[in-house]
Order: sequence, then structure tokens, then C-alpha cells
Amino acid sequence: MNRLIRCLLPLLGYGLLALGLLLTLTPLLWMLMASLMPAGEASSYPPRLWPGTITFEHYAVLFTRLDLARYLFNSTLLAGTVTVISLFINSMAGYAFAKFHFRGRDRLFQSLLAALVIPAQVAMLPLFLLLKQFGLINTYWGVIIPGMASIFGIFLIRQYLLAIPGSLLDAARMDGASEFRIYWSLVLPLCRPILVTLGIFTFMGTWNDFMWPLIVLTDSSLYTLPVALANLLGEHVQDTELMMAGSVLTVLPVMLLFVVLQRYYIAGIMLGGMKG
Amino acid sequence: MTCRLHSQTLSAWAFLVPALLLMAVFFFLPILAAFLLSFTDFDIYALGDLDRLRFVGLSNYLQLLQSPLFWTALGNTFYFVIVGGPLSVVISLGAALLVNAPLTRFPGFFRTAFFLPVVTTLVAVAVVWRYLYHPRYGLLNYGLSLIGVDPIDWLGDPDWAMPAIILMAVWKNFGFNMIIFIAGLQNIPMQLYEAARIDGAGAWRQFRYITLPLLGPTFLFVALMTMIGYFQVFAEPYVMTQGGPANRTLSIVLLMYEEGFRWWNMGYASAAAFVLFVLILAGTMLQLKLRRREPS
Repeated sequence: MNRLIRCLLPLLGYGLLALGLLLTLTPLLWMLMASLMPAGEASSYPPRLWPGTITFEHYAVLFTRLDLARYLFNSTLLAGTVTVISLFINSMAGYAFAKFHFRGRDRLFQSLLAALVIPAQVAMLPLFLLLKQFGLINTYWGVIIPGMASIFGIFLIRQYLLAIPGSLLDAARMDGASEFRIYWSLVLPLCRPILVTLGIFTFMGTWNDFMWPLIVLTDSSLYTLPVALANLLGEHVQDTELMMAGSVLTVLPVMLLFVVLQRYYIAGIMLGGMKG
Repeated sequence: MTCRLHSQTLSAWAFLVPALLLMAVFFFLPILAAFLLSFTDFDIYALGDLDRLRFVGLSNYLQLLQSPLFWTALGNTFYFVIVGGPLSVVISLGAALLVNAPLTRFPGFFRTAFFLPVVTTLVAVAVVWRYLYHPRYGLLNYGLSLIGVDPIDWLGDPDWAMPAIILMAVWKNFGFNMIIFIAGLQNIPMQLYEAARIDGAGAWRQFRYITLPLLGPTFLFVALMTMIGYFQVFAEPYVMTQGGPANRTLSIVLLMYEEGFRWWNMGYASAAAFVLFVLILAGTMLQLKLRRREPS
């Protein structure tokens, strides 16, 4: 009996893993396959898993008639700008929390962490009115500015820097380097791995974000990919293959980013998850 | 020394100011404003002319409590959180145990594959799942028909729409918690298992008396983050069902969005947002309390 179990256990394990793999990857693979099918083929019974003939016509339509290049540009620009700016701002604050002593530091930091339970949606209505006052509704800045500082980002940088000895910084201070210089030419290079991690998080978060861009961007020429895609669904819900091509183009950039840099990404989740 | 400390304080604040200022103006101030807004009748007229704004006390909250639509949204959101949250945590833990099992080869491959849905764009995969759920041409019903299940109108049937949205959300999210569980599992010292094996404890007892208790803090973290995230469900129903059929997938955030940004009833929508905030806060406290009472 025991031997039987010992033989069956790995089999059962691999069986479950294979089932998991099938369920996890099928939607993504079907999305890709359907995007390459001639119009109408994805709506046939029984469903086809493989295009009869491969066509790129839907991708061509997206770029020539539906302005997809524009949305791709908007998404890249917004995610890139938010990432660069927020890396500076969050790393400065995380550095201050990790390596400086000042009164009220720990209490301030803990209050910020406690604020993580506040859902962002609560702030959205007044934020909209505020940005309207500044004339930032329906501009790129309306999306960029609220993303420039994040509690999670500050937390991640702080956790990382806590593990780095302060003696190096003190030595630089002895040599008379200014505080900003120490941050710029010592702390930032030291933080490189965590900056890559936080950079991926921020880029993906901004790229994938839906609700806030949906609210702020009303002019279709400013739409990000997710907003454009949701909008496209209204007119083209029957064009399964076209919608799948749009989904592929939305998902592919962040997926490639993840596959290439997954080491950093996963390290970041572990750092954020373990010490939170 | 005091001088040194003083200059430390100054530099620290110089580094903190940009982040704190941004968060104060674009997060904390709006939170406060939302609270105040929820006691006013801010609507489309006030949007044009602030003089139209009136203080109305608790009337938005009373109106919410009397609105059947709000109770529907509240019920749907709880359905999503109470069924979807635990389901997602259990599947994450199962996947983590499988991937992390000593017998499993190529754990890195499985980990990456299971994680892929997490990095995808929610809107895009919600669009994909809309087609997978198609009652006639959808892949899911086809797969089910192979094992003898009759076609289900996933997104059109009021009783199936929420389960369909939960299924999609779990598919999208479980990889994230899986990674955190794997990290937690790897932090458990191997010696404990060896000692248990010598004492003759089987796999189940090892899981029950070593893995689960030592995974406690990870569990709490995962449960909290999942609950907070699931309470905020928005894009799934927005893209897949628009809250239908018969409002059976209307969530609180979707209701807030519709009231606030479609009909510009911003006072009323703020009240709804604050109810959500209070629910999340209460859920968080409840979980922390339950965890503290448990003997560790």
C-alpha cells in the first residue's frame, strides 16, 4: 500500500501540475491563435485551436484604421514617464526612512504603511475635481502626477537599504561629499537591483491600470491601450479575431518585460511580501 | 553631536519632501475631501458652479441604505470577496505546494507559467475571457461538453455571471499569492520535517503541524492583501458584463464609478466610496484580531 502511494504521488503531482498548466496557458494561447485566424474563424463550432491559414490582417487593421500605434505610444510614454519620475521620488524618501535619524521617523513610516488599506478609489472623486481645477483633466499629466509617489515604492526601497551598512555613507560624509551627491553617486548605484524591480512594478502597474486613465482621459487620442481596448469592444464585439489581436498587442509588451526581467520581479514580491 | 543630528534631520526632510508633498496633495487631501464631499449634495450643477453646493448631513448615507441597487452591489461585492478570496488563496497554496514539492522537477518553469496571467493586462484578458465564455463558440463550454456538461450561458445567466467573473479573477491572480507562499515555504527549516519524519509523522501530519502553523504570517499577509484587492473589483464586471445581467455583477466600485463619473452625483458616490473604505478597514481589523487570538 505504502509503495503504491509512493509511486502514485509523483504521478498525481504531475497530473495536477499539467492540469494547472493547461488551465493557465489555454486562454493566453487561444488569444494568440485567434488573433491569427481569418475573420469569422474564431466563431465556429467546434472551436478551432489552430488557425487554418495564418493571417496578420487584424494587426494591420489595428494599425492602419484603428490608430493602435497611437495608443501604444501613449501607454509607453505614460508608463515610462511615471516609472522614471517615481523611481527618483520614492528612492529619495525610502533612503531618508532607512538611513537618517529624525524625530517621528518611525511613526511617520508606520502611518504611511497603515494608509495602504485605504482604497485608491476613495480619493478618485476629489482628485478628479482637483485636477480639473489645475486644468489637468484630459492631459497626460493627469495620469502621471498621481502616480509619481507611492507608499509601496518607498517601502520597498527602505527595506532594501536597511540591509546595507551605513559605514560606506559615513565614509563619504567624512570626505565632505554633499548629501545629494551621496544619494546620487552612492545610494542610487547601490540600489540598482531594487530600482530595476520597482521600475518593472511601476511600469507594469501603470501600463495595466484601467480605472484612473478611463476617468481622466476623455479624448480618444490620449487613450492608453486598456482604455482603447475597452472602448473598441463597444464597436467591434463581433470581430473576435480583431479584438484578440488588440489584446495580444496590449499584453505582449508587459509579458516580454516580465519574462526577460522575472528574476528582479519575483525578488521584489518576496521582499515586499516577507517583511510586510 | 546635536549639530550633526540637526543636519541629519534637515537632509532627511529634504529627501522626504517631494514624496510627502505629492502624497499629501494627491492622496491624503483627496481622502479628506471625499469624506467632506460625502456630506454634500455635489452633483452636475455644483460641478459647473460651486455655489450650488449644499451641506446635506447624512442624507447621502441614508439614501444609500434605502437604495436597493446599493444593497445589490454590496451583496455582489461580498459574494466576490467571500467566495473568490478564499478560493484564490487555497488555489495559490495548492500551486505553491505542488511547485515547491521536492519531487517536482523544473519548478522554475511551472512557477513562471503559473505567474504569467498575473502580469497580463486585466482589461485585455477580461476581453479574452468574454469570448472563452461564449455560450455557443466559447472554448470553456466546448471543453465542458467533452466531459458531458451541458452548455452554460456564463455571462448571460444571472446565477452564473458572478461565478464566471470569480473564475476569471482567480485565474488572473493566483500566481501572485503562489509566489509569496513559495517564499514562505522555503523559509521553513528542513530539519523540522526531518525530525517529524523520524518521529513517524506522515505527510498530512507534517503539513498540519509544521507547514500550516509556520506559514501563519504569510497566510495573514496573503489573506489581507487578497481581501483588500477583491473588495475593489471593477474592471472585470466593467469589461465583461457592465454589471449585468440584472445587476448581478454590479460591484460597489462600479456603482461608485457610474454614480460619480457618469451621472456626476459625486456626493452620493463619495458616500459609497467611504462605505467601501469602512468595510475594508473592518475586514482588516477582523482578520488581524482572529489571527491574534489563535495560539501560535
